[in-house]
Parts: sequence; C-alpha cells; structure tokens
Amino acid sequence: MYDTFPIEVTVNGRRRALDVAVHHTLLDVLRDRLGLTGTKECCVVGECGACTVIVDGRAMNSCLILAVEADGAEVTTIEGLATSGRLSPLQEAFLEKGAVQCGFCIPGQVMAAHALLARNPHPTVAEVHEGLAGNLCRCAGYQQITEAVLAAAEAADR
Amino acid sequence: MSADRVGASPQRVGGHGRVTGLQQYVADIRLQDVLHVKLVALDCARARLLSIDTTAAKQVPGVRLVMTAAELPQPVPRFGPQFSDRPILAVGETKYHGEPVAAVAAETKDAAEEGARLVRVEYEELPGGVFSVAAALDPASPLVQDPAIRPNDPLATTNILREHRFGWGDVDSASADLVVENSYAFPMVTHFAIEPHGFMAAPDGDGVACWSSIQHPYLLQKTLATILGLPLAKVRVFAPDPGGGFGGKQNPKLEPLIALMALRTGRPVRLILTLDETFQAVRRTSAEVRIRTGFYADGTLVFQDIESNYLVGAYADIADRVVSKGSYLACGPYRVPAARIVARGILSHTTPATAFRGFGNPQVNWARESNIDEGARALGIDRLEIRLRNLARHGEAFVPGDTPADGDWAQTVQKAAELIGWGTPLPAGRGRGLALGLKSGPTTGLSYSTVRLLGDGSVLVYAGTSDMGQGARTVFAQIAAEELGAPIDRISVVMGDTAVVPYDQQTSASRSSVLMGTAVLRACRDVQAKLRTMASRLHGIDEAAIVVERGMVRLPDREIPIVDVLRAGLGRLGGELIGNGEMRMDAQAGHPLGGNAAFFEFNCTAIEAEVDEGTGEVVLVRHVTVGDVGTALNPLQVTMQDEGAAIMGLGHTLMEHIILDESGRIRNLGAIDYRIPTSMDLPLELRSASVENADGPGPYGVKGVSEGSLLCTAPAVVAAVRDATGVVIRDLPLTPERVWRALRDRR
Repeated sequence: MYDTFPIEVTVNGRRRALDVAVHHTLLDVLRDRLGLTGTKECCVVGECGACTVIVDGRAMNSCLILAVEADGAEVTTIEGLATSGRLSPLQEAFLEKGAVQCGFCIPGQVMAAHALLARNPHPTVAEVHEGLAGNLCRCAGYQQITEAVLAAAEAADR
Repeated sequence: MSADRVGASPQRVGGHGRVTGLQQYVADIRLQDVLHVKLVALDCARARLLSIDTTAAKQVPGVRLVMTAAELPQPVPRFGPQFSDRPILAVGETKYHGEPVAAVAAETKDAAEEGARLVRVEYEELPGGVFSVAAALDPASPLVQDPAIRPNDPLATTNILREHRFGWGDVDSASADLVVENSYAFPMVTHFAIEPHGFMAAPDGDGVACWSSIQHPYLLQKTLATILGLPLAKVRVFAPDPGGGFGGKQNPKLEPLIALMALRTGRPVRLILTLDETFQAVRRTSAEVRIRTGFYADGTLVFQDIESNYLVGAYADIADRVVSKGSYLACGPYRVPAARIVARGILSHTTPATAFRGFGNPQVNWARESNIDEGARALGIDRLEIRLRNLARHGEAFVPGDTPADGDWAQTVQKAAELIGWGTPLPAGRGRGLALGLKSGPTTGLSYSTVRLLGDGSVLVYAGTSDMGQGARTVFAQIAAEELGAPIDRISVVMGDTAVVPYDQQTSASRSSVLMGTAVLRACRDVQAKLRTMASRLHGIDEAAIVVERGMVRLPDREIPIVDVLRAGLGRLGGELIGNGEMRMDAQAGHPLGGNAAFFEFNCTAIEAEVDEGTGEVVLVRHVTVGDVGTALNPLQVTMQDEGAAIMGLGHTLMEHIILDESGRIRNLGAIDYRIPTSMDLPLELRSASVENADGPGPYGVKGVSEGSLLCTAPAVVAAVRDATGVVIRDLPLTPERVWRALRDRR
C-alpha cells in the first residue's frame, strides 16, 4: 500500500536493516518498529523536543527526520545512555536534583543535555537554558533540569 | 535511613524508569493484535450533520470498523461527571471545533488515518456560533444545548448552564469612602500536558479492560459500567502514571467510544490523540470578572460585589463545579463584612472546559487582587499594608459557615515581602507587585489504602491516586518508611489498576497527600497494631505496654526492629501483615459547595519586573513565591510543585491564549502557534519558599500545595508592570503587543 525503502541504521550501537515506509519518521520507526518507546511523541512538528535523539552526534527531533534520511546514521536514544545497567552521570544528576516530575519530557531533555555537554562540557546557566530551549516541560522543572545539567558537567571533571 | 522519611527529599519513586525511558505511559504499552483508531472531525465548530458516508473508508485495506453515531446504541448515550450531556459521538450537530463525528479502527495507524480521510461527512455549517460571553447571552443567539437534554432545568432555554450566588452581609446598604469598580478578562488556555491523552480498550473475559492516561480511574470505571451495562467488577481500568495531568485528565472523554469499538470488533483498540486533538479536548474556562470593592479611607474593606461569567464550552464536563468552587472564595483570604458573589457558567460552541490547576480560582483571584491594588493606589496606601490590614487571622471565620482560616497567613505574606525586598529602593524602570491567593482544598473525599508488610520487612502500599508528576508515590512511600521502618528502596507503591487497588475518589484539588496520605498512614498504623499483638504474644507483655514507632517495636525493657518481631511472629509458614486505612470526608447538607474545605491553599507571590518600552516585552527580574504548606513531607517536591505552578502561571500571564476565528476554529492549534514557557522564559531569579507550622489536616500536619502559586502569578506580574510603567492592563495575557499598545496609549 505504501512505498518502502531499505535502510541500515545503527541504533544504540546495534546495526539494524529495515524496510521502512517512505513517509514514516525516525520517531515512528524507533517506537513502532524497534519498540524503543523511551523516545516520546508529542507535537510532531519539532517544537516540544520530547522525541529528541542523537543522530551522528547531534540532538535532533526524530519527528522531523524521515526514516529513510537516517539511512547510514548512528542514532542514540535514551535507552542507549545507561551502560551495563549503570545510569549515566547525567541521568543520575536528573534524579539527584529533582529534575524529574511526570517524566514524559525527560528522555528528550536528557538527550538534548547529553548533546549539549558533548559539544560544550562547561556550559553556563544561560547556555543550558538556550541548549534546552527546544525541550518543553509543562511540569516546568526547568530550574532543577538546569541544576542537573550543571551538576553532571561538574561531576565529569572529578 | 532517615533520608527516606517524612521531611526529607529522597529520590523520586519511579524516577529511574523516567530517566531511562523504561517508564510506560499509555502510548508505550503494546497490546497484541491491536487496532488503531483515528477520529473524524469537521473544520468548523457548529454544523448540522446531513449524512456520513463510510463506504470509501471501509474499502481501505486494513480498516475493520467505522463507527458513527448511527452505529452506537440509540439514543446515543451521554455522560459527564456532573451532567450527562456529552454524547459518545456528535449527534445531529457538532458543537465545537474538533468534536468527533466518527472513528475508524484499522490494522495500522496509516490505514486508520487513510480511512478517516475518506469518511465523507456532508454537513452544513450553521451561522450564529456562540464563541463569547456576549454572544451567548444575546437572546438572538442559538441555544448551544438542546433543552431536551436538560429536563426540569429553568435555565435550559438559555445558554446559562447554571448560576451560583454566594455571599453574606448587606452589600447594598454598606457605605464606603471609596468604591473601585473594574472588569478583568482571563483568556482561554489549554493544559498542554506533554503526554497527549491516550486510551486503549479490550474485551476482557465477560467484561472490558480500559487503559487511560486518566486522573480519576474509578470515575472512569463507573462511567464505563453505566454506559455498557456492566457491573463494576467487570470493568477493569488500568491507569498508568499520566505524563502530566493538571486537571485535564480528570474526567472520561473518549474511553466510552473506544470501549464500544473494542467490544464491537472483539479486539483491543488504541487511540492516541495528537497534541492538536488534545487542544480540542480540554481547556481552562476563560472568564470575564467585574468587581466592585468598597474601602474605608484607611484601606479597610467594606464590601465586595463580584460577578463572574465563565465561558465553559459546549458540554459541562466538570466546568460548573469549576465555576462554583472557583467563585465561592472570590473575596480571597480577607475579612470582608459584606459580599455578593454571582458566578455563571455559560455554554458556547467551544472546547468543553474542564478542571485545570487552580480550578476556577485563578480567574477571580487575578481580578480581585488587581482591584485591591487599584484601591490601594487610589487611597495612597501601600499595597502590602492594605493586604495585611484585611487579612484573616488564624482561626478567623472569614467565610461565614466555612472552615476558619487554617494558617498564620501573615507569616507567608511577610516572608514573601522580605524576600522581594518590599519597600526598598528600586532602579529606574523597575516595579514590584504582590498578590495573595487562596483556594479551597477538597470539600468531600474518600480514599482507601491497603498496606502489606511482607515477610522480609519490605512493604507494598496500594493507593488509587494517579501519580502524574506530583510525586504521590514518593510521599506515600515516605509515610510507610516513617511508620514501618523500611527503607524506600524496599517499598513499592501500587497504583493504576482498579481490579487490584482499593477505591479512591479522585486525584484533584491537591488532595492526595492529605486524604490518601491519611489512608496510607492509617493502613500503616493498622499494621502497627497487628505488630503490637504479635509482640504481645511473643513476649508475654500486655499490648498496652508496647509501642511501635520509627521502625522499632518498643517493649518496656528493650526495643526490637519491626522486621525481627515480624519474622518471629510469622513463624515457619511466613506470610505477611495486612493493614487497611480509610479517609472519608462526607458531604455536608446545606453547604453551598457540599462541604467545608479540608484545608486552604494559601500563597503570596511577589514580583520585580521591568518592561522594554520599545518592544513591550516584560522582563521578570525576581519572582518569589511562598506557600503555607503545613508540613513539607518532601521539601524538594514542594519546591517543584510550587515552581511548576508559578511558571505555568507565567504562561497565561504572558503568552498563552487560544485564538478562535469566525467559525470557532482554533487558529493556534498546536505547538508552533501556541507558546508555553520554555527554559528561556524563566524569571532571572525564581525563588520558592514555604511556611511550615504543621497546622494542616493531613499526616504530620501537611496541607495540599500544588496550585497556590498559580493563583497569584498574573496579578503580581500585572501589578509589577503597573508599578514600573504606570500602565494598567486588565486583559491577559500581557503579550508584548498588548503591553506596547498600552504604553503607546499612555503617552
């Protein structure tokens, strides 16, 4: 019924070969084909940030990328952040600073923060606010999220 | 271990799943063999349905069912938490933009969407759609609801859903030195929970199971049982933790439709709304409030005369209760000798308004606080001083017949004033504003909890509250840790399954720490009583001489950890101790709201702001919010709730408003055109503080805390803008354009 296209994409270190519908987004494929439901769906127009994943090192709204465009890409989702069952320092900091309320935006916040710290290991408060401006939190835990990102940055120095 | 108990801030229970992506919200749950549902709606608000042709939709490969009103039981069942007025699908006429007229179930999302596009609805857009208070009250306007669905209601031939009158004293004969009268408008805004509402249903033996991102699972169970003609025991509601609720997820909406579709197809069905569809499903009621306040020359309040018209939407949902409860405290926390309060819920061809954090109070609170500011300025009295002068004292019956003031509220006000530096000099171009807010907690309630102390000393707590981010699981676990001595990592809180967890009336009105918290506490104390019996038997000591507290069983001559008594008492077969707790607040006959407030949420917010005169942009330099919380069971969570409510308040104060076009369509549908606060919109400094006097009715003196600061944000910001610039604005939100125009007109 719909045209499909074969892609190969590496998700959380695992190479996947899939036939994807040409109109499906990376978000659709992550959630519905790969069962990686940690990446959340909200606005589907690239405004809320709930679907943020890291594609080839950059934080991207996976609702704005067609799955076929991810052919050959390396994708990291929230499920790929903890290693051997241990939370990443950023995940730990989110828990420690009380950055998590309902939690629905948190995977996107964590991934956006992860990408931010990768390119700017020592952000200022203003840089964290700007770096996460595309990630809405209606519980509005912005101050705690910012504290968590700064704490994770500091922890990386120790 | 003390870090797990009440008064500490242990890590959120359920936090691990939320930072790893493993937490399952409704949309993340995969049912085998599921059908995907897509709704069909029209591109206007008010239309007569002429015909619905489903032929083409049914021919789409994979489409299994196209449900229209004609396919539903006849007459089409109507439901609602207060009035049974909302049909399962639109009948004959659509009443608001987005009201579903059909639904398509298919093997894939793509097929469901394709099918929905191919449902041919022939309709005639009707003129005269009612989108404002003025239009609704115009006798020439059409009736939004058919009078036949409001039998025996004298208002059924008007667009007034209901009118409420409260008050005391004699307003008309009161004589004041100054009377200030103005009108204030509050915009339509939407909840914008980041999790769009999601629903699933499936046949379940000889009953039905339903999954919903709902705050009131037991109300949903009852609603489905009524519509489907099933006993409660055959309706199982799973309520996974909602991804934000804020009131918007309190009441059933589309669950009856999908339950019927599941039973019709014999298969699980799944409907996850888009964000745009959630905008069309829930909103806060807008309001126009006229206030006339009488003052003596020294600032003492003489009377208040308050008339509020809330534009509630096409179906009542819970909005009539929002109107009455929101207006009952219209005079706020003050000593007002004479009050006349009139509040109307007015039907319109707009999204049905529902509960939203603050529950009708923010609309009136902003008007009253702004009005008092105008009085203070006219009298030349300091705006802090005029509030303290009129503020009800602890124990004062400020609303005759209701709960007396349950806190030393002046402490809260003084603390906020101190933190903002009230009265200290300001740089040029800066201004300060201060506002008080008051809201009734629950007026009735019923919560049950079961607590199981398992053989190894670990604990299961059953609580029917929905943890939508407020952190109820953590607070209940802290109570169990305090009472039974188990560390939090050995406690599980079970929620969200009506077949397993005992009844809870609802998750609303900042009630859960107080009401369910009390039920959990009592269930823990029931377990403690059984431990005393056990220790008495084991040690041959009279029960009266045994105390169980803080994880220990104290005998006259020594103390033993609970788990040791438990192991010895349970013996070789093992087992567990089970405790039950109940917290009931019955309705009070004759009370205008059905019952006294369990507690009041009291907040004082103070703001320092400056305005960019070139652009009209408001810059919040400092934002201080102080709440009277009784006891902070978890101080970090109190801060999170308080800041969250404050920032949400900045939304309707500075940027949020739903815009309708002439057909009643929402013009700013979705995240691009409807803006909510981001990390870039925070005050330069935001500070949340609490007053704790352990004077609340809940466990350890707790009061509810999750709405207070939202009541005060708008009036405090507007007052600061006035202070900084001299312009008076009585319409929200303070968009740069509106502020710029006001500045221009001032010149």
